[in-house]
Amino acid sequence: MASSWSLIKRSRTLIHHKKKLAFLGIGSAPTFSSSSSSPFMKRPCAASAPYINNHFRFLRRFESTKAEAAQLELQHYVTDDDDNNQVIDFPGGKVAFTSEMRFISESIQKRVPCYRVLDDNGMPMKYSNYVQISKEMAVKMYSDMVTLQTMDSIFYEVQRQGRISFYLTSMGEEAVNIASAAALSFDDVILPQYREPGVLLWRGFTLQQFVDQLFGNTSDLGKGRQMPIHYGSNKHNYFTVSSPIATQLPQAVGAAYSLKIDGKSACAVTYCGDGGTSEGDFHAGLNFAAVMDAPVIFICRNNGWAISTPVEEQFRSDGVVVKGQAYGIWSIRVDGNDALAVYSAVHTAREIAIKEKRPVLIEALTYRVGHHSTSDDSTKYRPIDEIEYWKMERNPVNRFKRWVERNGWWSDHNESELRSSVRKQLMQAIQVAEKAQKPPLSDLFNDVYDRLPSNLEEQERILREIVKKHPEDYPSDVPL
Amino acid sequence: MATLFQGVGAVTPFSASSSLDSNKLLLPSRKSLSISDSRGSIFVYRSDALNLKAATRKQDLLIPNAVATKGETSTSAKSGHELLLFEALHEGLEEEMERDPRVCVMGEDVGHYGGSYKVTKGLAEKYGDLRVLDTPIAENSFTGMGIGAAMTGLRPIVEGMNMGFLLLAFNQISNNCGMLHYTSGGQFTIPIVIRGPGGVGRQLGAEHSQRLESYFQSIPGIQMVACSTPYNAKGLMKAAIRSENPVILFEHVLLYNLKERIPDEEYVLSLEEAEMVRPGEHITILTYSRMRYHVMQAAKTLVNKGYDPEVIDIRSLKPFDLYTIGCSVKKTHRVLIVEECMRTGGIGASLTAAITENFHDYLDAPIVCLSSQDVPTPYAGTLEEWTVVQPAQIVSAVEQLCQ
Repeated sequence: MASSWSLIKRSRTLIHHKKKLAFLGIGSAPTFSSSSSSPFMKRPCAASAPYINNHFRFLRRFESTKAEAAQLELQHYVTDDDDNNQVIDFPGGKVAFTSEMRFISESIQKRVPCYRVLDDNGMPMKYSNYVQISKEMAVKMYSDMVTLQTMDSIFYEVQRQGRISFYLTSMGEEAVNIASAAALSFDDVILPQYREPGVLLWRGFTLQQFVDQLFGNTSDLGKGRQMPIHYGSNKHNYFTVSSPIATQLPQAVGAAYSLKIDGKSACAVTYCGDGGTSEGDFHAGLNFAAVMDAPVIFICRNNGWAISTPVEEQFRSDGVVVKGQAYGIWSIRVDGNDALAVYSAVHTAREIAIKEKRPVLIEALTYRVGHHSTSDDSTKYRPIDEIEYWKMERNPVNRFKRWVERNGWWSDHNESELRSSVRKQLMQAIQVAEKAQKPPLSDLFNDVYDRLPSNLEEQERILREIVKKHPEDYPSDVPL
Repeated sequence: MATLFQGVGAVTPFSASSSLDSNKLLLPSRKSLSISDSRGSIFVYRSDALNLKAATRKQDLLIPNAVATKGETSTSAKSGHELLLFEALHEGLEEEMERDPRVCVMGEDVGHYGGSYKVTKGLAEKYGDLRVLDTPIAENSFTGMGIGAAMTGLRPIVEGMNMGFLLLAFNQISNNCGMLHYTSGGQFTIPIVIRGPGGVGRQLGAEHSQRLESYFQSIPGIQMVACSTPYNAKGLMKAAIRSENPVILFEHVLLYNLKERIPDEEYVLSLEEAEMVRPGEHITILTYSRMRYHVMQAAKTLVNKGYDPEVIDIRSLKPFDLYTIGCSVKKTHRVLIVEECMRTGGIGASLTAAITENFHDYLDAPIVCLSSQDVPTPYAGTLEEWTVVQPAQIVSAVEQLCQ
């Protein structure tokens, strides 16, 4: 019998696990190299209790990061079967000796398995367990996925027609967008990368508001200051998109820290892509979240490509999920094209984050069907038939549609009605936005600071003088 | 009561319509200045330089005696309390943390260690681990964390152990801190304060002797201030915390042990104002942070030689207080800038440009800017001394300008 755990402070959840582990006979000799036992326990009931990796053992010392009185302190006494009977104290805790020099392999033999609920045809898999959703929820999720898909295709075309300057689609990632948003509450603070407009759509951002931002007109909440797709709305708790990759990850830790101080029952949720995990901010953000016990959910959309860099050239680890453990964070790998799996994982992760005040990493495996953006032609670096395959056979929207239809909650009639209605609304919104005024000249100088300082006042004055002198050079649709 | 301070509560707006009438500067009687100067620039009491912890080399006998009026000793010397600059920062910080529960501090070793320069000493015990947060060593990340917390409603103070380390946070400061209020259309404010010691110290090596104000000055959306005395350190710290804009507060490694008597009453200084250290007639000397003390030492020599320099501590590095500076230039017609930044691209370079653009007609001579050479700061003490502008150079520059 290898390990026994003793709890210093009580926690309902951990006692539960201890019993569960004992019941399931877990407690094999901890080895370093392979994950021979299955990392995830399946339990018959849909869950609020988290899935854990039983190779987790660590000694936590709470010197300056005591977050709440109910924090756990585990002490893990390891007595092993082989010749490592000796345990020694180092800064960081007790660690067992071994006389065998064994290097930890760079990767485990088997990749971390991927949690999925529906198969490719939208049929729930055998023994699948997931968080149930109601008909209303399912229908809203599906409608929003269709809306997102339609938005993407229409706006892409609008950019190609030269009516907006830039666009980037989320094609192929509709399930990650909508299902993750659906599993969260409106109090949860979202810090997106840039491929998550679906989250904002779910929260009630109107099509008109999306279009206004793309056209940068006077109704845009951002007042025309950012590129298209850099949405932001504090009313919807969706932080304004900032172009540099992964800068939002440490900011999410800060937002979560703020929520924790306020005692709110909410978490911060932040997204990044596979490419973003190479940035320094990713590593520091995860490390901070773990050390600070911050309630953050890191959702990594591993869509296989970072512009033209495939994942094989981005990292050599087994994807992103294994990096979580390196920082002491619970992680899970999920089929990102399976809306129900994403929903269940995010729903559960949220409970873990809030109740236990800890971060969670979710790697959603998916595929970027579209080009990186309108400035990219991905056929230059990947085969067209690969793109087609993911677009048709592995389409997340169709997959979820089959499940919803099978439950009798959706019909072809609903489908055609929805698609034509969304299309019409979009066209109308585009027309309105195109004709709308652009933000006035004063908005060039406002909001740099809370009040206009003298140097900016002077610069505005100079600019206005120039405009007055050369009105023919000044665009006619920008009010003064 | 000679000393007045103002700006309690509201930060005075940027506009140049201040109550100080420029005519008053021309009055011969300096006493009237001290009483009626309602813009809050207080005249500094003697700071005892012998309390500097550093080695007693010739440099240390700087008497940063920024006495404003000739012969007038501090009239209210018995009220108030004496403390060192880092204690003044600590006091300002603690008062703000007491006043507003959203104020929090994050940085390396700020919690139980009390901060590398003891500015946050005792705060973790008083306010708890969450409000005084020790972070892992990742400047970009804890600055990012501060930005995220600020956008969600807190008022964080990010401490860089040395300003030079904040170069690692440049991405977050430039791309997000300065920009997000603007790009979000005003929806998210970032009331963050980023502070730390910078400047050339005593043989700290090139990487720890950076003058970050020159790198940061171009970033739109941030404000920069530099403190130089315990009085303005406390006032600027409080003002920075209360400001809705992101503020970078530059402290200097060698000034932490300056002692001064500061008022007991609460006061907040304006972030956009310069400080009149010594009024004069012949030449305007603009300076900030540690160079203020070199200038004042040179001023003693100059006074003995018969010159009457006007010394202004510009304090606000972004934006410049062109009103005070302009009034001074219109009076003296000669400008000398003394700074610690490198010659290329430093604060002095921008200030020269700003003054030339705005007050060209009032200048009788080209602006002279004394700054450090464009070299990394060497470790050897003697070499290091020569990268920093010395009082002797200031004296000869004034003599040359006033010919």
